[in-house]
Amino acid sequence: MKWLNRQEYPLMTETSLNTPKRLTRKQKRLLVIAGLAVVVGLAAALILTALRDQIVFFYSPTELMARPELAGEAVRIGGLVEQGTFERNGETNQFSITDGNSTIAVTFIGLLPDLFREGQGVIAEGSLTDAGDFSASNVLAKHDETYIPREVEAALREQGVWQGGE
Amino acid sequence: MAWSRFFIWPLAAISALFFALGVWFAFFNSPADYQMGDTVRIMYVHVPNAWLSQMVYGLMAVSAVGSLVWRHPMADVSMKAAAPQGAAFTAMALFTGALWGRPTWGTFWEWDGRMTSTLILFLIYLGLIALWRALEHQANGPRLIAIVTLVGAVNIPIIKFSVDWWNTLHQPASVFRADGPTMPGSILMPLFLMMFAFTFLFALLQTLRMRTEIERRRVRSLERRHVAEGATA
Repeated sequence: MKWLNRQEYPLMTETSLNTPKRLTRKQKRLLVIAGLAVVVGLAAALILTALRDQIVFFYSPTELMARPELAGEAVRIGGLVEQGTFERNGETNQFSITDGNSTIAVTFIGLLPDLFREGQGVIAEGSLTDAGDFSASNVLAKHDETYIPREVEAALREQGVWQGGE
Repeated sequence: MAWSRFFIWPLAAISALFFALGVWFAFFNSPADYQMGDTVRIMYVHVPNAWLSQMVYGLMAVSAVGSLVWRHPMADVSMKAAAPQGAAFTAMALFTGALWGRPTWGTFWEWDGRMTSTLILFLIYLGLIALWRALEHQANGPRLIAIVTLVGAVNIPIIKFSVDWWNTLHQPASVFRADGPTMPGSILMPLFLMMFAFTFLFALLQTLRMRTEIERRRVRSLERRHVAEGATA
């Protein structure tokens, strides 16, 4: 009976239980590194979660409205310049920033960036006044992740299928 | 690594070819953006440098594992050779980003998630260069530096996903995203040419620097043997 040949077919107990598995040195080091990665990754995740509110570069109008404690504090709000709200009077600019949900009226005295226009994503630095509007000390334009050649834009406009702003 | 000398000229030629094609397309044969106009051309230098600033760190992290687990001397050489290049690519990404940010956003610098984490990457590179200078010849120096390198790798996913996790001034990814690039081929193609050009440039510089580092180690051990023989004679 070949099944009785212990050399070829050792008993289960002889293989798995009687010969304890030993990790090689390299496997041990790999395990230590994997452990280090888990610990460091977890620590970073905890820190970043705890600091989430501090890392945010700007609030949307809705987020700012939901935090009355930020009234009068220096904050940034970001959103789209609402269509038809931009008015320039000398150096004084007035427009509304919207996230589709809430809208905040912004007053800003100074030079606007080149990319500023209605429908454009912008970020305003300043603070919420008692009247509920936003007095900005600086306005930045945001650029989104889409790149479109000028000729393509012109062609799309001609065909009346342009989806972008203005 | 003696075989690596056969790679030097091919790498240089491929990089030069991609640079010639890429620069020509980037400056003369790619469209202006509908919003940014010609400023968009800064992207063809900014994005490859930003990509390499993270890719080089990835290579250093892999080398660090090779150094810690397999104790391979070539892994130490690779880590040491890559650090200053990573610092240079990161500095270029920060610099071209500032030049691009001024006309586009209206500011050279803001402390948003993407920019701050990239600045931290630059500081990590500087720290690792300093560590190599300070600890290289100490008994467990390279092991220690490898551990620091691995701990610093936690910053790489933070840079990559900063624009998704938090509200940032920097726009989200345009090229490496789940639903495909958000640029047409006429902008994407020069960008890829430039990314290949810079990547092959890095491969070339890394090969040269590793060869130099090996020679340096050889000289040092020869000197040591010479001193030892002098002492016995």
